[in-house]
Amino acid sequence: MAATKAASGAMPRTPRLDAGQGLAKLATYPFQIVTFVDRDGYPVSVAVEATIDAAAGTATFPAPAGFGIPDGTEVSLTGSHIRPQPGYGYDERRHVTVWGRAASTIDGRSLVVAAARAWGWDEAEVPFFEYSERSLGQSRRYFDALSAERGTPVKPRLSFGWLALRTTRLPFLSATIVPVVLGIAIAARQGTFDLLSAVLTVIGASFVQLGLNVANDVFDAAQGADDANVTPTQYSGGSRVIQYGLVSFRQMAGLATAFYVAAGAIGLLLLGLRGSPALLAIGIVGFVVSIGYTAPPLKFVYRGLGEIAVAVGFGPLMLLGAYVVQTRGTLTWEPVVASLPIALLVALILYVNEIPDRRGDARAGKRTLPVRLGKPAVIAGYRLAAVAAYAILVGGVVAGLLPLTALLALLSIPLALQVSRGLEPNYDNPYALMAVMGVNVKVHLYAGLLLLAGYALVLVLGAIAPSVSLFVAR
Amino acid sequence: MTTLPEPVERLLDAALVGELTVIDAGGRPVTYPLIPLYDGERIYLTSSTLFSRKLEHIKANPKVALSITDPRATGGRTDRTTIQGDARVIEEDPHGGWERLLPIWEKKEPSIVMFLKARVALPLFFERALIEITPRRSLYWASGDAASVPETTIVGNEAA
Repeated sequence: MAATKAASGAMPRTPRLDAGQGLAKLATYPFQIVTFVDRDGYPVSVAVEATIDAAAGTATFPAPAGFGIPDGTEVSLTGSHIRPQPGYGYDERRHVTVWGRAASTIDGRSLVVAAARAWGWDEAEVPFFEYSERSLGQSRRYFDALSAERGTPVKPRLSFGWLALRTTRLPFLSATIVPVVLGIAIAARQGTFDLLSAVLTVIGASFVQLGLNVANDVFDAAQGADDANVTPTQYSGGSRVIQYGLVSFRQMAGLATAFYVAAGAIGLLLLGLRGSPALLAIGIVGFVVSIGYTAPPLKFVYRGLGEIAVAVGFGPLMLLGAYVVQTRGTLTWEPVVASLPIALLVALILYVNEIPDRRGDARAGKRTLPVRLGKPAVIAGYRLAAVAAYAILVGGVVAGLLPLTALLALLSIPLALQVSRGLEPNYDNPYALMAVMGVNVKVHLYAGLLLLAGYALVLVLGAIAPSVSLFVAR
Repeated sequence: MTTLPEPVERLLDAALVGELTVIDAGGRPVTYPLIPLYDGERIYLTSSTLFSRKLEHIKANPKVALSITDPRATGGRTDRTTIQGDARVIEEDPHGGWERLLPIWEKKEPSIVMFLKARVALPLFFERALIEITPRRSLYWASGDAASVPETTIVGNEAA
């Protein structure tokens, strides 16, 4: 992975503890395990109850019976804690070890250890997932050493299905499917529908997003952004297949290229079948926005333009692109207005997902809005954009540009409120924020599906009662 | 061949967590809490490649000890033990080789099967090496009190 900046390899896995801090932690355990190496060279561990004097930097405990621990012996004192959860396992993991040399007390009955260094982990301080991410460097070293030992590459693995899902971030394809199908539905509502080109559009647009997803990982790896992020979640921080050694940097670059080539081929086919200057323009702009999202020299996301790029790409460009394929280039206001709420809601997915990434993004020079703005402004920004999305929808209906049934999308407002309320208390906890991010993905998905359902109703009504209009008269 | 005393075996079967101590390059003991898995002859522990420094230590010096000391982790038992032994790292297949111990592991941590099914979420956690400990000597404190001299049992060929 020479092309990436393997920042996490040099990252401390746990907060550094000095000997005094280690002793203070050790004092919180009901007993300690004193360990030393015996004359046969084996470690010996004995549970003791030590008296900790943090000010003096010492731990004193009765000399264990049956062992003569000579003065000057290097010993460790360990505290370890779990909370058993019957039928499940355990939680509340924490442990700390303090090292020092043992010396007998004057009466010879006890041993005193002067603490010299300490190490530990407490999942309440460093959550397990973050601890794991901070330990990626150790895993890399392990596989490198094993590969060198065997003379052949040994790599971590995942089954093909899981790997494909993880690498391409396939579940996020809803960001493409929603606007593209909506564009096709609006064209159909206006009386234009071609099945072959509709199917090709869905496939081609999906390839664009898959290319973007993979290219995003490639360029983020090259620029160190994903390596610098130690709190990724299932919604943020990229696929991490490069960081985990599951797929090489070169393989990812090849995969991104393949997706873009496939998308380009379908785009050319569509231009041949139902081409128009509008489609050509949308195709070119879409390609530039997609590639330029993370790739130099544009690097929209690094310049604080990522949210706008995503809004434009997964809103107007996807929706209007699908629409003009059907209409052979004719444009109306209806798809433009319909694309705006979708654009805002999809940008909000990225926006919220950037909140847990903001520290890593800042380290990598990625100037996203949550990096640049403070917590109150970020939360206010979410609320403002969500209100704008629904207001545009209502405005479009009132103006007679969107059908009355488009108001079905308002049913997703409770989900948006749930996200709005969840941001404040979970802002600084990436793992608690995961549930909020999950709901936020649903806001876009459900609003889009409800908008689609609204258009399906219009199409059905148009077929059975053509004289009835579901538009406010202009 | 002498096996581990029965109370020690019961502790091994009961313990949700034990403390594995290895020796680092500087000759210092380093202790890691891990789930001990006992098949009636040898003790097994598994280590994710993420936390594999202990494996480097074992490869350099196979002399290890496993202690079981925490009543919370043994269903309230107050007796304690330390088992000294020689460790071997088994890493032919870090992806799935360790899964042969899953039935014993599941008895202690039932949720592990659920987590394994979702290994896509944290793939490297499930890339694991096995640590196989052949016991050489056990120290057993029936009262759990270090003020008493432990019962010592030499295990394996040394006892013959």
